[in-house]
Amino acid sequence: MRNDLNALLEGLHNRDARSIARAISLVENDHEAAEVILTSLDQQNVRSSQVLGITGSPGVGKSTLTSSLVRHLRSQGKRVGIVAVDPSSSITGGALLGDRVRMMGHALDSDVVVRSMATRGRLGGLCAAAGAAVRIMAASGCSPVIIETVGVGQSEMDIIRLADLTLMVLAPGLGDEIQAMKAGILEVADLLVVNKTDCVGAETLSMDLEAALRGRKNACQSRVFKTVATTGQGIDELAIAIDELDAICRSSGEHDRRRHSSLELEIVDWAVELLKPRLLAELQETAYPAEPRQTARKLLARLCPLMIDT
Amino acid sequence: MHNNDSPFRVLIGKPGLDGHDRGAKFIARALRDDGFEVIYTGIRRTPEEIVAAAIQEDVAAIGLSSLSGAHLRLFPAVVEALRKAGVNDIAVLGGGVIPEEDIRQLKEAGIAEVFTPGTPLEVILEAFRNACRQHREIHQP
Amino acid sequence: MEKNKDLTEWQDKVLAKSLARFPERRKRFTNHGGDEIPLLALPEEIDDQYVRQLGFPGSYPYTRGVQPTMYRGRLWTMRQYAGFSSAAESNKRYRYLLEQGTTGLSVAFDLPTQIGYDSDHPMSLGEVGKVGVAIDSLADMEMLFDQIPLDSVSTSMTINSPAIVLLAMYVAVAEKQGVAPQKLQGTIQNDVLKEYVARGTYIFPPQPSLRLITNIFQWCGENTPSFNTISISGYHIREAGSTAVQEVAFTLANGITYVQTALDAGLELDVFARRLAFFFNASSDLLEEVAKFRAARRLWARLMKEKFGAKNPASCMLRFHTQTAGNTLTAQQIDNNIVRVTLQALAAVLGGTQSLHTNSRDEALSLPTEDSVRTALRTQQIIAHESGVTDTVDPLAGSYFIEQLTDRIEREAVELIDKIEKAGGVVAAIEDGFIQRQIENAAYEYQKEIESGERMIVGVNSFQITEESRPPTLRVDPEVETMQVAALSQLKKTRNHDKVQNSLKELDQAARTDANLFAYVLAAVKEYATLGEICDVLRQVFGEYKQH
Repeated sequence: MRNDLNALLEGLHNRDARSIARAISLVENDHEAAEVILTSLDQQNVRSSQVLGITGSPGVGKSTLTSSLVRHLRSQGKRVGIVAVDPSSSITGGALLGDRVRMMGHALDSDVVVRSMATRGRLGGLCAAAGAAVRIMAASGCSPVIIETVGVGQSEMDIIRLADLTLMVLAPGLGDEIQAMKAGILEVADLLVVNKTDCVGAETLSMDLEAALRGRKNACQSRVFKTVATTGQGIDELAIAIDELDAICRSSGEHDRRRHSSLELEIVDWAVELLKPRLLAELQETAYPAEPRQTARKLLARLCPLMIDT
Repeated sequence: MHNNDSPFRVLIGKPGLDGHDRGAKFIARALRDDGFEVIYTGIRRTPEEIVAAAIQEDVAAIGLSSLSGAHLRLFPAVVEALRKAGVNDIAVLGGGVIPEEDIRQLKEAGIAEVFTPGTPLEVILEAFRNACRQHREIHQP
Repeated sequence: MEKNKDLTEWQDKVLAKSLARFPERRKRFTNHGGDEIPLLALPEEIDDQYVRQLGFPGSYPYTRGVQPTMYRGRLWTMRQYAGFSSAAESNKRYRYLLEQGTTGLSVAFDLPTQIGYDSDHPMSLGEVGKVGVAIDSLADMEMLFDQIPLDSVSTSMTINSPAIVLLAMYVAVAEKQGVAPQKLQGTIQNDVLKEYVARGTYIFPPQPSLRLITNIFQWCGENTPSFNTISISGYHIREAGSTAVQEVAFTLANGITYVQTALDAGLELDVFARRLAFFFNASSDLLEEVAKFRAARRLWARLMKEKFGAKNPASCMLRFHTQTAGNTLTAQQIDNNIVRVTLQALAAVLGGTQSLHTNSRDEALSLPTEDSVRTALRTQQIIAHESGVTDTVDPLAGSYFIEQLTDRIEREAVELIDKIEKAGGVVAAIEDGFIQRQIENAAYEYQKEIESGERMIVGVNSFQITEESRPPTLRVDPEVETMQVAALSQLKKTRNHDKVQNSLKELDQAARTDANLFAYVLAAVKEYATLGEICDVLRQVFGEYKQH
């Protein structure tokens, strides 16, 4: 096992595709080797890497946009990582990870590292696992690393908080704008992308979004971009804007603030993830549980005696 | 500590030019409903593309489907591409309109299981589960 | 029965005219006892409701059929889809089928041909000659139709994305036989939209594909008046797992898209619309299938008249080919498939099909053997000549159940078509994945029912037996790939290289304009430019479609 682990670390260092994939699995499955792997990563690469979040409702063309963006980034010689997140079934725990279909055009390119991840119905563990996958890719020289996820639900929103910059993709005709505003996603998105601008309604959607953004203050200046992901139209401008915004955030200190808060988020996620099996075991010891909140506090008090029961 | 409950990961791919993906998609969904994490490649992939994706996704097994009669060339080509990539722990399973006399040949070429029209779903699921269990044993001393 | 005005009008104008031109197959149609069988059974009282919903055969809205006398005038075309291996092998099978009484050819191409790759392309590995015949150049096409007179045989070609190339080859072969394009009869499938959702042999993105289709409509409108320029296909949508309603809705929605594209390109509706043909699946639910065919016919007529304002009655007629449902064939107890195919074929005939392919019993195992193909053809012949269902028009009309089901399928299809139009039309619905998801969900539910035993499939999840031996199957000689590649390399040495390059350059330039590309493609195939070379030129200009 020790030899295996050494070989794995060696492989990670050499950007070996299998080692990267294995390492992500080991962390995702919370293997005992996870800590060694994560502490041995090239921190310089992790720090300098750009982490992009891409989100949007199903059908807006997120994956096609990602694929198109990857093509552009590859033409600039950048090594790119993609963590594509899809929900797990809450009943069976299984998941159908279909984003690969759009990424297959890059399958033979060893500098496009793709990993599909399921949410696995975990409370906070998803961010932990996805964050680790991002760092493993970043350490192997991927920049940017793109986290792609469906923009509905809390866990997806959390993933977006792992990113340095977030792109929200919308498309005309899906009633998206209303949903986005309701969910407050416009608040977290740094760049709004109206995809499928060759379709009816794109102009109206762009104008609505621009109007919605006008009243808004945020660290980076939000803008609305228009793309046709299937043809690559508008991708160059988008890529330039991403880099400009990234530079602004890095020089203003916003980048560090976000990294810091994302680290905090991950730490809490890991803590919860690590605590959960202990809690469950402890709960088994408890006679028929009484009032839930009270029981929870008692459990915590037993497990973490330092915790002051307020 | 290894989380033994973590879902099995498999990849379903369609090598070659055959566009009939009803069967492949059904199996992908059925595996999902059985608790697997399933990566689907879509149609018209080369054996090399399928293998590259399988490696990046760290799956335990690859399921292939071809209904065009090209299985004798394409399925072994996937096994061969795995070998070239130095991979010996990912099982390859295949399904399609496959005459009986071809099944032996495919198995000799390293295809773990071969399914034909009418193979009960449970048999297919169990074959994938088995492949994943074996994979887990290799990686979990 | 009091003479109804509408009936009289139909008898005097439509029926009489038809009978004058095409007499019935027999002087009298009688049963064994000698009783006369009526051409058309009608309700006691012909009211407005009847005229509006059913009407008379050969008249709007064509619910009861597109010809006034239907099979009493002429039987459907018995057309068996065939082709495998090399052009020479397939040519042999065609001539066998013609000797056995088949009345039209139906060419199956291999997947590389259907996707515009030559046999020596890396993606062609293992696929050459497998599901159909491999065609790389005009030389293969000449061999395919060797000794088959193209002025008298009608040929259907299942080719979509590169349809313009194969049709040009067909025209060129005919020319070498001394047959003018005006004399050619047949159908080219040419239906790319369903490839994106169900069959997968796409090459180019939707817009340039629609342009090629429109180019064919236009060229054929002027040169091959008896050739069906498209076969708008629900068959594969159903095979992919759709319901009957979805099959009708998605197919007609595609039809609407083709019509609109042609109109936008400035084509005359009543010139091109009468050459649109359809292709449906005959699945196992006999009564639903009969209703489906009738509903599709009525709905298309209404769409053409009310939505597009067609004036020519022929523009409103939905003429269709049918194939029995391949996905219902089982690998277990394969003789049972003969019975399934019989029921499905019967549905097609009771539904008023214009041509029919019956699947062979062994197709869940491999390509059909010659014996199996003959039995499949005999199945059609028995329905035609022994069953009696061809002696009267639309025999199930007026059944409460059939009419209610016909109404329901039409209504639900209209709802689904409206939904697609609201979502921005078929192309948008494909790019969004809406249509694919609908089909996938239906397929999944159906299969789950089989797996759970809720839906019984004889021999598969019920009434199973242990089968000792498998019947003999047909195998494609793996050498065909090597032979095809060798012949291709030989061809490239013997043809006039400069002329080939010139013709390809001209095609490239024309593709970048709005020109009709047919003449350019025809010029290139005559110089023996290969299918792959021609499609590569178009790939360069049009780009390639990527799966969503």
